[in-house]
Amino acid sequence: MNDAVTTSTTHLSPETVLAQMKKHGVTHVVWLPDSETNWLYLLMKAEPSLTLVAVPREGLAMSVASGLHAGGKKPLVLIQNTGLMESGDSIRGWLLGMEVPVVLMVGLRGWTRHGITTDTAAVYTERFLNAFNINYYLVESDADASRIEVAFKEAETTKRPVAVLVGDEYHGFVSK
Amino acid sequence: MFDTAEMLKVFAKYRGDAIVVSGRGGKHWIKISDTALDMPLGDPAMGGHCGFAFGLALALPHRKVVLFDSEGDLQMSMGVLLSVAEQKPANFYHFMLDNECYATTGGQPVPNAKNVKYDQIALGCGYPRAFAFDDLGAFSRALPDILEQKGPVFAAMKVKPEIENEAIGNRPKWRTRTQPKVVQDLKKVLQIA
Repeated sequence: MNDAVTTSTTHLSPETVLAQMKKHGVTHVVWLPDSETNWLYLLMKAEPSLTLVAVPREGLAMSVASGLHAGGKKPLVLIQNTGLMESGDSIRGWLLGMEVPVVLMVGLRGWTRHGITTDTAAVYTERFLNAFNINYYLVESDADASRIEVAFKEAETTKRPVAVLVGDEYHGFVSK
Repeated sequence: MFDTAEMLKVFAKYRGDAIVVSGRGGKHWIKISDTALDMPLGDPAMGGHCGFAFGLALALPHRKVVLFDSEGDLQMSMGVLLSVAEQKPANFYHFMLDNECYATTGGQPVPNAKNVKYDQIALGCGYPRAFAFDDLGAFSRALPDILEQKGPVFAAMKVKPEIENEAIGNRPKWRTRTQPKVVQDLKKVLQIA
């Protein structure tokens, strides 16, 4: 791998996501893997500027991120939408209540892009975020990377969590 | 079982410049200390005190972070012990108040209240050191050594329940700062962004 990243308009590459993390000074990724994050995991693990903090239940990621923020670090939460919904009270208390400016990068399991979405994990994700008044940006390809940037900036400006919904699976590395 | 307020008075002698996340001991600790290094957060969301203090310890590896957790909180999110044990923050001191009940909701017992060996659970999850105390004398004697050694360390303490039955809205408000202000004060005193 090297830093030369090919931008894809059809796929979201893990390199693009990692580049956004680095650009915005993320220090810790608090995470629980979903079925599609292994490519990103390999990149994050090899990145010396990142500390990976694994949690066994997604709600825990919120309080850990809150503590990291209190100590002056910049966490990012990386989870799947199923875990996001498990985390409701922790988001309320440890992120919203504590005014933590954090990006929640959420795998949008069940998102079909076209036709009817039948996976209830996807059906309820946006409704869940709306219930908590958490703004979100859908990212489906490298061409949407600027939306990740918007999310980071908005989190800082509003001192609130902002979600990035990852609507594509990682298809492997695209570096040349 | 011993008294939480008395235990905190003992702890105060050895606290040094540690950050204290007072958790369920907050209403007593605030009478002892309410500086920028104290974090009286109340109860942002039950089950998260350990995660918060753990995150803080990771962020500030050169500063001791002391947490007064509770067994009710820990039962809600016991998996956090695994995350702590994996990262092994050497500056993290995890004390847990075990009153065997949900005191703030009227004293109903937590699951398997009298039969849980939390110190063994912590060890099993990978904490390198864990203790259990049911009298204040033994705790007082062990405390200096506990705080002197490298973390993470876990100490379960059997404490007397302080059961509250008053409606939440009628209970005295003991916190003097909002949660964001507590964080802001800490950052200011430590000169971190």
